[in-house]
Amino acid sequence: MAGIVGYGAFVPRKRIKTEEIARQWGKNPEEIRKGLLLQEKSVPGLDEDTITISVAAGRSALKRAGIDPARVGALYIGSESHPYAVKPSGTIVAEALGIGPEVHVADFEFACKAGTEAMFVALGLVESGRVEYAMGIGADTSQGAPNDALEYSASAGGAAFLFGNKDLLVDVLETYSVTTDTPDFWRREGEFYPRHGGRFTGEPAYFKHVLMATRGLLKKANLKTADFRFAVFHMPNGKFPLAAGKELGFTQKQMETGWLVSTMGNTYSGSSPTGLAAILDVAEPNDRILLTSFGSGAGSDSFALRATDLLPQRRGRAPTVRSMLDGPRRYLTYGEYASFREKIILKD
Amino acid sequence: MPSPRYWREVPSRYRLEAARCLGCGKVAFPARRVCPHCRGERWENTALSQQGKIITATVVRVAPAEFTMEAPYAVAVVETPEGARLMAQVADCDPATVQPGMEVSLEFRLLRQEGHGGILCYGHKAVPAG
Repeated sequence: MAGIVGYGAFVPRKRIKTEEIARQWGKNPEEIRKGLLLQEKSVPGLDEDTITISVAAGRSALKRAGIDPARVGALYIGSESHPYAVKPSGTIVAEALGIGPEVHVADFEFACKAGTEAMFVALGLVESGRVEYAMGIGADTSQGAPNDALEYSASAGGAAFLFGNKDLLVDVLETYSVTTDTPDFWRREGEFYPRHGGRFTGEPAYFKHVLMATRGLLKKANLKTADFRFAVFHMPNGKFPLAAGKELGFTQKQMETGWLVSTMGNTYSGSSPTGLAAILDVAEPNDRILLTSFGSGAGSDSFALRATDLLPQRRGRAPTVRSMLDGPRRYLTYGEYASFREKIILKD
Repeated sequence: MPSPRYWREVPSRYRLEAARCLGCGKVAFPARRVCPHCRGERWENTALSQQGKIITATVVRVAPAEFTMEAPYAVAVVETPEGARLMAQVADCDPATVQPGMEVSLEFRLLRQEGHGGILCYGHKAVPAG
């Protein structure tokens, strides 16, 4: 059986509070904190992007797996903020991780579910026997337009998962995917900021796909919500994943460990994968974990996972997600944030 | 830095690849042909730990044009456990707090861009450990 042999995550150390953004635009921060359940979000420095986040997460995944990187036969990075329009992020990440040159590399894009897409394909290649190990990464440094609801959530971070056939930390019990044509959120070629359909991003987009994929997975795997100790859903804001989970029959306790959005923000392709990494940081052997992503456009990938006896022995080899969220961090003013996110036009 | 030179330095910049002299055991970073300590010419490949401590540091307040948005920032000489020394920018901290003896991690970061449409150059920066 194929499964996860190593995992890692990275969240930048800079933060901005919801109050700071709200004050800039004359909004009531309390309304936003209560409405979207967002306290603060991570902000990438000028020297951090999808590539550097992927390298940090990938290094941790390799440390936990304890394998020679040269044995990784495929590397896929899912992101909607690849630094180059033409030149795969994976070329640089593979070199930095010591993977290759005998490796298949591709960058994936599917709004916020590109990370689980990369994981899905990496798992399939290992299951087929085509490669011995394959890594799937979800990472983003996404932008929300100034004075848009997205500005309170769009943040930076990511997670890497290495798949293999032996010494598994996590068994993959089942997967399920759904995709439809739903124009809820998009960014046209050459546009700096994405656009979205406001409330249209809810019922017909996020909820429809997350519920459809999760229900499909539970039916396919013949499992019930009560069979899982943990569940994590894509986190575009604080409210959506809790509402979707509740409708599916999951409890607050099942969802609280992976629900990182309140202090991390929405790391887009890295959102539910980073939530999964936070769960693996504490899961005990035989705990079942459910992961459902969502990518606008739109689609969802759902995974049923089970922790093995090896997981507690290996997780201490790299930093936990909580240590990054609760560890040293620097709070920015809106002015600093605007300059770090290159929202200010400068002279050449 | 022209792209071909940057490309040639990828092993040391991306993976901190270094060389250990088979004659005296000293580590050279980046790798060299002749050992500066014993004049030996036989080497084995090694990689530096992604950690170290600061030997000396300074704060850059008037930065070159492409780093003005980052100023003020600290630049330090970092010694790794292998005994190799490298110069690196110190990120994610108040530059005034960067002092000799400080333990740091070496993290993969974007170092610079070759203008608006040029290549992106990556390497390692030091960040306070822990």
